[in-house]
Amino acid sequence: MNRLFRGGWLRVYTALYLVFLYLPILLLPIFAFNSSTVIAFPLSSFTTEWFAQLVEVEALHAAVLTSVRIALITAAVSTLLGICAARAAARYRFPGKGGIMGLIMLPLVLPEIIVAVSLLVVFLQLGLELSSLTVILGHVLICTPFSIAILNSAFQSLDVSLEEAAIDLGENGWGVFRLIVLPLVMPGIISSLLIAFTISMDEFIIAFFLSGSDATLPVYLWGQLRFPQRLPVVMALGTILVSLSILLLILAEWARRRGVRKRGGAETGGFL
Amino acid sequence: MSDLRTSGARRGLALISAPLLYAVLLLAAPMAAIVAFSFWTQDYLTIDKSFTLTNYREAFTDPIYRELMIRSLKIAGLVTLVTVLLAFPVAYFISFHVPAGRKSLWIFLVTIPFWTSYLIRVFLWKVILGYNGVLNSGLMGLGVIDEPLTVILYNFNAVVITLAHAFAPFAILPIFVSLERIDRSLLEAAQDLGETRLSAFFRVTLPLAMPGVVAASLIVFIPTIGDYVTPRLVGGPGGLMIANMIQTQFLKLNNAPMGATLAVVAMVIVTVIALIFVALNRRYLRGRS
Repeated sequence: MNRLFRGGWLRVYTALYLVFLYLPILLLPIFAFNSSTVIAFPLSSFTTEWFAQLVEVEALHAAVLTSVRIALITAAVSTLLGICAARAAARYRFPGKGGIMGLIMLPLVLPEIIVAVSLLVVFLQLGLELSSLTVILGHVLICTPFSIAILNSAFQSLDVSLEEAAIDLGENGWGVFRLIVLPLVMPGIISSLLIAFTISMDEFIIAFFLSGSDATLPVYLWGQLRFPQRLPVVMALGTILVSLSILLLILAEWARRRGVRKRGGAETGGFL
Repeated sequence: MSDLRTSGARRGLALISAPLLYAVLLLAAPMAAIVAFSFWTQDYLTIDKSFTLTNYREAFTDPIYRELMIRSLKIAGLVTLVTVLLAFPVAYFISFHVPAGRKSLWIFLVTIPFWTSYLIRVFLWKVILGYNGVLNSGLMGLGVIDEPLTVILYNFNAVVITLAHAFAPFAILPIFVSLERIDRSLLEAAQDLGETRLSAFFRVTLPLAMPGVVAASLIVFIPTIGDYVTPRLVGGPGGLMIANMIQTQFLKLNNAPMGATLAVVAMVIVTVIALIFVALNRRYLRGRS
């Protein structure tokens, strides 16, 4: 009984905490559909005008296209690098392993502003013009550690005896990878692609420093935040972005869980 | 046998070479460049590459830089404390009171907000905390307050609230993982040996969860010190942090060497604090990775 009571208090606390976590996101759609230009209670009336206005802004469309292009390339490259690193870390011992993995995973804890300014300095010294390419180079750097973290669990739970059996049956190294390893870690790869895509789409600081004239969506959004009359439109845009992020995440989580089941492992929970 | 080991090492190195090369070229080399820059000076667009410590002298003596640095440390420290304290019970609840099959669902619920646009989340706090914001207009509508509260936006407090919100999942995940690793029979043993539930928590659960708490603290502390968006959007003049000054030096004042110096100083201070923090907790970390 005592135990139940304690769990009860913690349950209430956790529920309140979730409200705190979700409060900002829950407010988004409320104000996106509110007809008043002032973001405050009480609400006025229901409108879809702000969403309609989104369709008319050319600069926004350009920013969306830039961001999607950057995010697609970033997702592909960081997942490829992630596969190499996760496979190496899970399967082989090699000299300097700890240090090498530490360096590759470092962007996970490094303040983004440090990554952004150090890349800016180097690109300017090399005479490289700031563009989508420079943003991609930065985004791959910060997305790769997330890809590795996701793929690591996929590669680690692989049963080595399956690969050995394939070699005994005459497959070569590439054949084993393509026919045995790849199908088993595929859900992890999909999950990594989706997460890297989501991170790149949302990333602001690196894009802010490195995008030059190719404004990404967050950089465009940052510019809009200065104009109070544009706020309801920003709310509408935010509603769409957050919905899409959540959709991608649910897909990524679904892929990850399918992978766990496929490899016959127990549920361990979470992305990281 | 040793043949097998070296061929495995060779394959491992071959596989890791691509990500390693990427990290060396785009992380290690640029960081080295930042350190080099911090010893140079810039006059408008020309960079003088003669070695000097002028920037460091300025970084430590100019009261503006010193104040921003101290404020950044205070904000990051307070955010870390608040975030970890608020997150611990949530991690504890998920680990000890949620049935095993539903834990991943709860962790997923906690992490979702983290993956949605950071810019928009921070901006929404400005909307919530503002003079005519959601909180003030709501409380006035309910008759709780007569005039809008002004202590909650464009200052230190607003930055702490917003960052504590933004980094919440970062704190919950590592604590959850370390709680999950605790052998539950240890707790039963403690109670069989006469510990109360509370004393068992403080003498068994908490010490065993410390690696997670230490990891959570570092994962929150290190990035918050370099946060740029939150101070700019909700901080006002009294809530600006060191990252804002670094950005100003690079993009507005055309003084990359000074910006580089501030970045290096910030990194060194963060690293030293992190190492001291880990050293202080080393008795909890011993024997685990």
